[in-house]
Amino acid sequence: MLDLSDGFVEKNRSADRKSNNLRGKTIINLFFENSTRTRTSFELAGKRLGADVINMQVSASSVAKGETLIDTAMTLNAMHIDVLVVRHPDSGAVKLLSEKVNCAVINAGDGAHEHPTQALLDALTIRRRKGHLDGLTVAICGDVLHSRVARSNIHLLNSMGARVRLVAPRTLLPAQADRLGVEVFHNMVKGLEDVDIVMMLRVQNERMKGNFIPSIREYFHFFGLDYEKLKAAKPDALIMHPGPMNRGVELDSDLADDVERSVIREQVEMGVAVRMACLDVLTQNLAGGNA
Amino acid sequence: MSTRASGRVAYINARLLDPASGLDGTGFLLTDGETIAEVGTGLFQGAHSADTLVIDCQGACLAPGLVDMRVQLREPGEEHKETLRSAGESAVAGGVTSMVCLPNTHPVIDDVATVEFVARRARKSGLAKVYPYAAATKQLAGQELAEIGMLAEAGALGFTDGTKAIKNAQVMRRALAYAATFGVMIIQHPEEPSLAENGAMNEGELSARLGLAGIPTAAEAIMLERDMRLVAITGGRYHAAHLSTAEGIEVVRRAKERGLPVTCDTAPPYFALNELAVSEYRTFSKLSPPLRSEADRQAIVAAIKDGVIDAIASDHAPQDQDSKRLPFAQAEPGGVGLETLLAVTLELYHNRHLSLIKAVELITWAPARLLGLPAGQLKTGAAADLVLFDPDRAWRVDPEKFRSKSKNSPFDGRPLQGRVLRTVVDGRTVFATDA
Repeated sequence: MLDLSDGFVEKNRSADRKSNNLRGKTIINLFFENSTRTRTSFELAGKRLGADVINMQVSASSVAKGETLIDTAMTLNAMHIDVLVVRHPDSGAVKLLSEKVNCAVINAGDGAHEHPTQALLDALTIRRRKGHLDGLTVAICGDVLHSRVARSNIHLLNSMGARVRLVAPRTLLPAQADRLGVEVFHNMVKGLEDVDIVMMLRVQNERMKGNFIPSIREYFHFFGLDYEKLKAAKPDALIMHPGPMNRGVELDSDLADDVERSVIREQVEMGVAVRMACLDVLTQNLAGGNA
Repeated sequence: MSTRASGRVAYINARLLDPASGLDGTGFLLTDGETIAEVGTGLFQGAHSADTLVIDCQGACLAPGLVDMRVQLREPGEEHKETLRSAGESAVAGGVTSMVCLPNTHPVIDDVATVEFVARRARKSGLAKVYPYAAATKQLAGQELAEIGMLAEAGALGFTDGTKAIKNAQVMRRALAYAATFGVMIIQHPEEPSLAENGAMNEGELSARLGLAGIPTAAEAIMLERDMRLVAITGGRYHAAHLSTAEGIEVVRRAKERGLPVTCDTAPPYFALNELAVSEYRTFSKLSPPLRSEADRQAIVAAIKDGVIDAIASDHAPQDQDSKRLPFAQAEPGGVGLETLLAVTLELYHNRHLSLIKAVELITWAPARLLGLPAGQLKTGAAADLVLFDPDRAWRVDPEKFRSKSKNSPFDGRPLQGRVLRTVVDGRTVFATDA
């Protein structure tokens, strides 16, 4: 997948960005949760491959309850589409939906469960900068508890031979986080010691039910990334963030824009390429399989 | 409408199981009208009497009809999920002849009229007998005590806020003390609500992986610890429903050792399943309390064996498709259980944890004695509420064949051993398999 994505990166940088691999295929981006970059990224990816792309933004709160999720799935299924790209605020919702349709389904993020294409684009970004993934130490910092990005990255980075650390206050870590194949730190400076990659997570205020942290000020003081804390990491350590950023909450604003250290914009670029690769692979395997 | 049983029926060649007396042997049982006329271990002598119907049990087990001390009925209010009629059908298909329903209907069973409504409707169907628990607090709101004395007088068997814990310590204290005035017990859903809030499954590695909010085992232990202290102050009779954790068991064990008036039950999912049943986001396995770890499951089995757990109840909780075909966090908790109570309980016998008669005791005489119900015994003069079953016959759970209106069984597809052949209520056969 990463090799294939590399090819699409080059293609996206060239003058002729369009291909016809997915000509005649229909993709629906079905988003039950707000998203700008993931949705746009999937839309661009589909269009560059020549597919017809439709965006459907369904406000999850306006939907009475999930019955509509299955209704929506069945309705779209009846329209003979090829790929459904789905984001939903509930863990497992994309899987539930995939059981009800016979087109390909891509998980564009489900609750606090998984966000696989984000992990792929993060891996691609790292590999292009560092040349490899195995042997690297990656610190994932912040709101791991509510983060699907963290979970997908833990799985992918571990399977590619990287060492993963989690750095967070105890209230923002899931139960038995150490059982996920990671080292757990509660001190930012110790957690960042000699790491190759610092992956910051968004503090998901919208997912916060109850008191997980006392204040933004306190959070930034102990767990926000700034130049001072970054000194603990390797001198060439890269800073990543899945976006959208809370500047001054988890990440110092200047640092985010520091082209020497931050690859946040590159992640966005890789996102389109990775999603093109996903769509390409999935539709090849579909080939006529769903008339 | 049911007709009253008349005449004599002799069940011969039966393996009689009467946990109350310890009887486990071949013999016969004679019913006369609505009651048991004779229980004997010898040969039945009156077989030639013209007015006696003889039923040859062919060595199958004849036991008191099951007593299920925790069932959600959904009528009145949610008849699309279950009615008193369909629950009654489901009960007798599962060998249950007496069941105790929770007050969490709409309207809530918190006044005398509703208690009488449920009792009257259930009597009409003539299936399993229904005894209601009434609300401990008005509208199950956890604030003001319900009319416990009058409700008890009207026939409420105990007082509970159903699937909600009685959260406020002062309210619980007063409920225990006031109920003790009338000699009735308080049944608690032992779960600290603030720790269970938003939780969809057991908290642990699996919840971390699935990205679901978890409910820690401590939620059970904390509520039980608090309640034990309130029982100690008040002397109130307390029953903890559906224990699910090793820590919870320990709290009850210690309380019993201190001599506090405390009992508890568990439900089949908690000794037959563990949290792995919810992987793949299977909402039929979403229960309250949630399915726990394998270590907890084993602790429940051990507590059944050593007697800390007093009884097993089905915890029957019907939910329709619309309540279950949802993303896991949004799905309603609960599983139907009336028709699997016997066979899953018999797993404890087949797996050599319990003798057959002990397994039967936990779903007959034990809950009957605990509740003070005139049921659960093979005794001359007692109501002829019986179940005839083959403890070895194998079958596979197919919820589509359930009599219950709802099909949400956490045991869907499970192979089980132990089949109900015939169920008798007040001398009448209300269920029989074709075979």
